[in-house]
Amino acid sequence: MSNKYSDRSHVVRIIFITVGVLFIGRLAVLQLFNSKYKDLAEMQSLRNVTQYPARGFIYDRHGELLVHNEAVYDLMVIPRMTKGMDTLYFCRCLGITREDFEERMRKANKYSPYSASVFMKQISKEEYAKFENKMFRFKGFYISQRTLRIYDRPIAAQVLGYVGEVDQADLDRDSYYRRGDYIGKSGLEKSYEEVIRGVKGKKVMHVDVHNREIGPYQGGAFDTMPVEGANLYTTLDADLQQYAEELMANKRGCVVALEPSTGEVLAMVSAPTYDPNLLVGRVRGENYKQLNADLAKPMLNRALMGQYPPGSIFKVAQSVVALDLGVITPGTGFACDKSLVGCHGHPSAMSVREAIKMSCNPYFYHVYRRVIQQGKYRSPQKDSQYGLTVWREYMLRMGFGQRLPVDLPRAGMSKGNIPDTAFYNKWYGKERWSFSTIYSNSIGQGEVTVVPIQMANLAATVANRGYYITPHVVRFYGPDSTRNEEYYTRHETGIRREYFDVAADGMYDVVHVAGGTGRRAKVDGLDVCGKTGTAENYGNDHSVFIAFAPKNNPQIALAVYVENAQGGGGTWAAPIAGLIIEKYINGEVARKDVEKQYREVNPCQKLPLTRRVKKVKKRR
Amino acid sequence: MYQERLKIDWIMVALYLVIVLFGWMNIYSACYDEAHASVLDFGQFYGKQLVWMGAAFLTAAIILLTEPRVFSNTAYAIYGGVLVLLVLVLFLAITVNGGKSWIPLGGFRFQPSEFAKFATALAVAKYLSAIDVDLRDLRTKLAVLAIMAVPAALVFLQHDTGTALVFLSFIFPLFREGLSGAVMVVGVVAIALFVLALLVNKYILLGGLLLLAVLYLFVWLNKRSSRDYWRAAGVLLVCAAFIFSVDFVFHHVLESHQRERIEVLLGQSDDLQGSGYNVHQSKIAIGSGGIVGKGFLRGTVTKANFVPEKHTDFIFCTVGEEWGFVGCVVLLVLYNLLLQRLVVMAERQRSPFSRIYGYCVASILFMHLFVNVGMVIGLVPVIGIPLPFFSYGGSSLLAFTILLFIFIRQDASKNQLL
Repeated sequence: MSNKYSDRSHVVRIIFITVGVLFIGRLAVLQLFNSKYKDLAEMQSLRNVTQYPARGFIYDRHGELLVHNEAVYDLMVIPRMTKGMDTLYFCRCLGITREDFEERMRKANKYSPYSASVFMKQISKEEYAKFENKMFRFKGFYISQRTLRIYDRPIAAQVLGYVGEVDQADLDRDSYYRRGDYIGKSGLEKSYEEVIRGVKGKKVMHVDVHNREIGPYQGGAFDTMPVEGANLYTTLDADLQQYAEELMANKRGCVVALEPSTGEVLAMVSAPTYDPNLLVGRVRGENYKQLNADLAKPMLNRALMGQYPPGSIFKVAQSVVALDLGVITPGTGFACDKSLVGCHGHPSAMSVREAIKMSCNPYFYHVYRRVIQQGKYRSPQKDSQYGLTVWREYMLRMGFGQRLPVDLPRAGMSKGNIPDTAFYNKWYGKERWSFSTIYSNSIGQGEVTVVPIQMANLAATVANRGYYITPHVVRFYGPDSTRNEEYYTRHETGIRREYFDVAADGMYDVVHVAGGTGRRAKVDGLDVCGKTGTAENYGNDHSVFIAFAPKNNPQIALAVYVENAQGGGGTWAAPIAGLIIEKYINGEVARKDVEKQYREVNPCQKLPLTRRVKKVKKRR
Repeated sequence: MYQERLKIDWIMVALYLVIVLFGWMNIYSACYDEAHASVLDFGQFYGKQLVWMGAAFLTAAIILLTEPRVFSNTAYAIYGGVLVLLVLVLFLAITVNGGKSWIPLGGFRFQPSEFAKFATALAVAKYLSAIDVDLRDLRTKLAVLAIMAVPAALVFLQHDTGTALVFLSFIFPLFREGLSGAVMVVGVVAIALFVLALLVNKYILLGGLLLLAVLYLFVWLNKRSSRDYWRAAGVLLVCAAFIFSVDFVFHHVLESHQRERIEVLLGQSDDLQGSGYNVHQSKIAIGSGGIVGKGFLRGTVTKANFVPEKHTDFIFCTVGEEWGFVGCVVLLVLYNLLLQRLVVMAERQRSPFSRIYGYCVASILFMHLFVNVGMVIGLVPVIGIPLPFFSYGGSSLLAFTILLFIFIRQDASKNQLL
């Protein structure tokens, strides 16, 4: 056969080349100009498994474990990958209804059909064990291990706080969080969130077509290890905390106990309280609703968020200020003139010490007048403005009228109120007020309000004879024992030590000398120093007591607040303070009968209280 | 007689070896399993493929040492033997993947259809190289058609549509030997019409054709005779008949999976879990490779079994995923070099048998490449045929090696063969 058609070889060769070029063009479209396939490949064959670090533990001051973790399992779903599964069988395995399934899938789909969201939260170890070997049948589902908080002792609920799922605000604020993550919602869990949460790790797993994990993607090159959360070493004394909570049971109010020399919070009770275990796990939602609806507000930390008139305990602060200003001397006496301000029956106080002991209202009326009207100006209004400014300066230095930088969440924390000139100018008009308008402040009524922790801090300041360290709950945290320098800094009031000695003497007499208002706080063998207060209020008065002990080298300073108690500071708060002091210093309370009595009785007026018109009442 | 030294075309042998080895690497990667990482694990596909490669190399060596005339002399005998085997398959075959083309042979399975290709190539070459044969004769055309059609039909009966389609590739050697180019044009037009008939409204399509005919008659042609009108009308009529028969063929002749695969290709169905799954996954695998790929053994889609038949028909996915665009282009260029070289070598043969056979080899390889890669990248409906020298499979590697090396052997003695 001839070769006359040999030119046709070119046609054949051109066809071969054309097809090759066509294919290369197509490959360029697939591989170079299209990222869709890359995303699809990652979506279906790689699974980003978040490695949740264990949340840090929380210890008390003696190393007792207060909060730790338990493993639970979240069932995750990637909706797009679940096609063609046996829904009925799946529902049976999980023990849910078909409708429930549809609803959960709808939610997951709404979040994203392509990425993982939580299908079912917090499956217990036991449930998971039953389900585990069936997992391979359910494409698109996998398990993510999480931890839950466990509280061995149901104490200090408001201080420890609770952990909950992130909300939209958290997600917007911090990109660290993903939907379904947990975050500290209150208490230490919130204020130390960034150290206690640790750092999430990531594991990129290669999964096969049956959604089984084949192994780490690229040998784990993209994996990051989770960093365990830092442990918190708190200053709380678990036994004391529990004891104080027991004493405050059936009552409303709070207790703050500090170690004066360090500012460490030994106990912080807000009553009524709740078992922190209630806000853990799948029952959390329902319990939260109930706690939140409770009129007694068990989730409120009254020690920080409550704002009360200080009542007579404020007189301690007034005496040291007046002494430091030189407007009185320790030996100054004033007659108990009930025409100025109401008082209870007692002899006139002939010294500061006696005045504190008897809590004489007219005495402190005079003291406060000398502080406010120092005679620097002719006009009583101007003079009062000057005096108020000087006085307020002292109050701020003692920690009043501001949020103490306690290491608990600032949100909701009260400042208290130490009114300044602007406050009264606004209220009464400029130069339309003077001492005679504001004298109620002298006895801790009027416009002044304080926060219980500030009152405990006042007790600590007197115990320290002139300085305080900001109260704090965490001594240090993490493996490096990181500490906050603020909590090792002395805040001086600038008032001379000897004047605090006078106040301390008065407080000693309150408890130990006949005619003292707080004699029920007495503990045999301990020099308890205290001051009663009866804060007027809507409803019955609040019963208030601040104290420290022993008088020399004090180990504990505290404030006790019992809301709407039927009785003054000496009746309810003082004996409770005494018991707490005894428990802390002696380790054991000898007066079992007293203990029993105050543990069981509920002196607090029933809620809800109706608002009553304020009227002047006798104070003790 | 003076025995000339063998002039083996080492370029061709090198191309063959590179493709085979690259293919084996990809089989290894596609089936890679850390628990069985040893390349000599004969329980794994890559271990078995090594055995097949050994067998193929040995066969190649034997062929190179064989007297070249043996193949032309025994062409009909081999062809006849394979036909017998193809008939036997129909009775003895075991079913694999819906196809009935395997004969169990001891521990191995043997696929006669793979060998039918080179046997038919031998027979076609043998028949056309006879002195008195002229492709312009109708009898010759029919005879050649019969040589191709009988094995193709037998393979088709085994439900191996892909391999049956490969027999269409003999159009190239026939074209080279003088068959009118119109046959190829008609084939291309038929495919185009088929696709358009499925995509476009048939009457619009007909209107378009009518417009083309009018343009042809009154714009293209300067002078028109009545014959031109009749001819245009005839072509139009045939086209119309073809268009209206498409529906029938599509719905009644094709099997449902074939119909679905065509629908997927044409974008009329995207059943990503069903018939569209394979191509969708292979596109994901290839597309995710990007420019330079994810690296050897680092493919995620193929390795996780998302791509079915990842080591056989869809082996190109692994190339695309792990070696990226660059790897794909290199492989396609290698294949094209091989094809071009085959044509060049065929043209330098003095013996018509060798030349025709060379064209057959090039065409068969080209058809495989076209259908296989086209399918994997979504340009051709899913038709399961292997990528030559590359896909896992003993029969196919052995058969392609025999196919190629018979030609290399012929070429080595080209000056002696007339």
